[in-house]
Amino acid sequence: MKNVVTSMDYERLLCATGPYEGEILRASDRKHPHKIAWIQCVGSRRVTPGDNSYCSAVCCTYTQKQVILTKDHDAEAQCTIFHNDIRSYGKDFERFYQRAEILPGIRFIRSYVSIGREIPETKNVTIRYATTGDGVKEEEFELVILSVGLNPPADVKGVAKKFGIELDPHGFCKTNPVNPMETSRPGIFVSGAFQGPADIPESVFSASGASSLCGEFLDYRRGKLTKERVYPQERDVSKEEPRIGVFVCHCGANIGRVVSVPSTVEYALTLPNVVYAQEQLFSCATNSAKEITDMIKEKGLNRVVVAACSPRTLEPLFRDTLREAGINQYFFDMANIREHCSWVHSKEKEDATQKAKDITRLSVARACHLEPLQEIDLPVNKMALVVGGGIAGMTCALSIANQGHEVHLVEKDKDLGGKARRIHYTLEGLDVQAYLRDLVRKVYQHPLIHVYTDAIITEATGYVGNFVTKVKSERGVTEIKHGAAVIAVGADEYKPTEYFYGKDDRVLTLLELEEKIAKGEEKLIHAQSLVMIQCVGCRQEDRNYCSRVCCSQAVKNALKLKEINPRMDIYILYRDMMTYGFSEDYYREASNKEVKFIRYEPQDKPQVEAVKEEGRSVLRVTVTDPILGQNLAIGTDFLALAAAIIPPVGNREISQLFKISLGPDEFFKEAHVKLRPVDFATDGVFLCGIAHYPKHIPEAINQAYAAAGRALTLLSHDIVTVSGSVCEVIENDCVSCGACITACTYGAIEFRETAQGRKAWVNPVICKGDGLCNAVCPTGAVYLKHFTDEDLLSQIDAAVGDG
Amino acid sequence: MCSGRVDLAFILRAFSNGMDGVFIGGCRLKECNYITHGNYHALSNVLLFRKIMEHIGLNPERLRIKFLSSGEGILLVEVINDFCQKVRELGPFGKSEGVDERGLKLNLEAVTQLIPYFKLVEREKLRLPFKSEEEYKEFFASDDLNRLFNELIIDKLAISQILLLLREKPLSTGEISKILYLNPSDVSRHLNSSSRYGLVRYDESRKRFALA
Repeated sequence: MKNVVTSMDYERLLCATGPYEGEILRASDRKHPHKIAWIQCVGSRRVTPGDNSYCSAVCCTYTQKQVILTKDHDAEAQCTIFHNDIRSYGKDFERFYQRAEILPGIRFIRSYVSIGREIPETKNVTIRYATTGDGVKEEEFELVILSVGLNPPADVKGVAKKFGIELDPHGFCKTNPVNPMETSRPGIFVSGAFQGPADIPESVFSASGASSLCGEFLDYRRGKLTKERVYPQERDVSKEEPRIGVFVCHCGANIGRVVSVPSTVEYALTLPNVVYAQEQLFSCATNSAKEITDMIKEKGLNRVVVAACSPRTLEPLFRDTLREAGINQYFFDMANIREHCSWVHSKEKEDATQKAKDITRLSVARACHLEPLQEIDLPVNKMALVVGGGIAGMTCALSIANQGHEVHLVEKDKDLGGKARRIHYTLEGLDVQAYLRDLVRKVYQHPLIHVYTDAIITEATGYVGNFVTKVKSERGVTEIKHGAAVIAVGADEYKPTEYFYGKDDRVLTLLELEEKIAKGEEKLIHAQSLVMIQCVGCRQEDRNYCSRVCCSQAVKNALKLKEINPRMDIYILYRDMMTYGFSEDYYREASNKEVKFIRYEPQDKPQVEAVKEEGRSVLRVTVTDPILGQNLAIGTDFLALAAAIIPPVGNREISQLFKISLGPDEFFKEAHVKLRPVDFATDGVFLCGIAHYPKHIPEAINQAYAAAGRALTLLSHDIVTVSGSVCEVIENDCVSCGACITACTYGAIEFRETAQGRKAWVNPVICKGDGLCNAVCPTGAVYLKHFTDEDLLSQIDAAVGDG
Repeated sequence: MCSGRVDLAFILRAFSNGMDGVFIGGCRLKECNYITHGNYHALSNVLLFRKIMEHIGLNPERLRIKFLSSGEGILLVEVINDFCQKVRELGPFGKSEGVDERGLKLNLEAVTQLIPYFKLVEREKLRLPFKSEEEYKEFFASDDLNRLFNELIIDKLAISQILLLLREKPLSTGEISKILYLNPSDVSRHLNSSSRYGLVRYDESRKRFALA
């Protein structure tokens, strides 16, 4: 059937460089489909031969992304998603799902489906599905997308043989459960989805983490092959009139297909101070960068505007190009005619060309006013501070220390171990306590790690490469100087107010249940029945996220209890089982061992009451069975609640001390959710463990090594360079009102005594260039370099147009 | 650069250049990319500026701020389309409101001159401990705010307008009140205070006020 495609095919259809240049068309008739269906879990979560038994972990969310993009292309599109569980277990995934779900014309239908037939005249495809109320239905769709999962790479056996590494039963790389980047062969590491199905952040964790593990082996060779870049002497252009060169990029077809690049070039040549303009196929290609360098020299350019994509990714490259030509790198401006123009106006080519000209004109106007700026080189202190002595903090500290750097490890409790002290075994069977004892021993025995317990941080000052942190601990007050900091402060378990928790001692949290199982508490392990309720305190309005680990934890405890007492009746009341990846196998195992899984809707939560049944004192749990549509009453001896994982106490203080931000759920917020998941926007501070977001132990270990790897990219250098686009004070204009000092929560501005009295002074190293001080200064004394009033007003003036 | 970097002067310059609408986009509140939460500052500036616009006879709907994340493409499109539609409905800046060109120019210049003062007022009186857009909007619609606005801003603005007017030529109290649509008693109160500060003087021969 021509109009049934895989999700990867569809991804290409959505893409500007795809078969129809970003238009969504059907293969059968090259028409826009309006009624589109997605079928989830194709080839995954199945036991039929040829299919994968595991969950591919990424499809739920990529489908939601495709739905959103489809609505972007065609606001009228009717999208239907046939799904099993919605596994929105990743950071911010729950909100992302909600965003897709509320779009008009979107239906999420929980149903297994089968493809009916192709209608000969229209080539439309029918799908048969069943819903609780309406029974079996057959519906026609213009395009059907199969959300296919992840397989091990092609020729995985060949790869395994070549490297001498073992594979797991699913054909992915066999890894060490306490270090998922270690293969069966020492010195060979694995990162990304070869560990098992993984999303982008997890892949980046393991990539940075693997680099840290390599660093542990190769640290003695670090920097031996590097050569210092030598740039030509910077030309002084302060006496010259602006001579601007404009380079307009086609970006293959991305821009050129919509915007008339030649007429934009022609237009640029008419702008004041533009002495040269040309088009380029890909401005970022090596030969194009060389062309820019050559033209700067040949035409005597002293300012460059590249009209191409977002400066977010490529500005550093073009700045470097200017340096190569002997021009200060801040004489550069990027006009974004792709994301801001061609991509969003693909259907309005003429207007898009006009807009590209406008955007270029604004950039040229600003370029006239740009000033050369110098970046600041700072020395780097070689020590690291790790805040939090749980599994993540300890693992990270060890990896940094194994690469020759001293580490100060600060823990608020009297013992190391963190939340893992309450976890006894994992789903895969790891003895967590034995592992933890070994880890703690390694930390204490490492000559380069200094441990502070019962510790609180009272003060943290300084900046990248040069932090000063005061720690009050059993050792007294210590002032620690360090170049990098890692935040690994963990998270807490929510104390439920629901379901008689704290009032009836038969009601436990999952962690308490695990402790009782580990202790072998008779009453529990010989109980007749146990009910677990999932999603207690999260996936709701006030905590709008999934705690990620609880479903697997529930399955883990259920299997453990079944092993001890096979006759126990165990019920798991859930909303969506988040047993993503290989955990799916354990979910199936539990189901096969007669653990009863009953789904409930958030608006119809289970009810609990304490009653006597046939003389036996039980908790009666009432829940609506979604299949029968009837109330089901279960009398149980124990009730375990999957209590939410909540941000740690003291996270606000930590965020203020280290000047790092918190996300909407108050977990620590990384610099970029996909691309920089262990960095903070604040330089020199890194993040790992469940302080970032709930995660399983192996995932926390991945991220801990990643944070070590990222910290090493800083600590292994002798100097670090900070941006020249920071604020500065014109002392003569300063009336010392202090408005800027109040506005700057980074603490970058202070008063200093001068010959003219007290004046504000900006520490350029702490300044992050947000420019708030500039906007609040009543006299214009403090200004943000590279984004001065003059720069921005010139753009506002240029926006009026050229008549 | 943060949305809090948007200076009152930028907004004003855009309107002075004849733009029919100004849109400011910032990060979602409480989700600061920095740690400064400058978007609250942008919000309070926008609400203050809308108040000033209203006072000088301009439709405050021409200025809008919206907080969204870089992942909210669809929302951005909706918001921008809606805003463009609104601005189109409102028609050309000033003319549609029935403000004559000379008065408009004078008013905008008067506001420009007071920007440093507005910054002080915003900082001292209008920065709020609130954490939601609704609370900000509520405050800016409240009697408290109106009282503050009347006390701190209206008179200053009138004096600024009068001084600008007198720069062109000496005028009588009556003439000034006619041009600026102000109450003659208010005008003479402003002229008295301004002459006390030595900003204006009374030209006996011409029976007119002039710049000192």
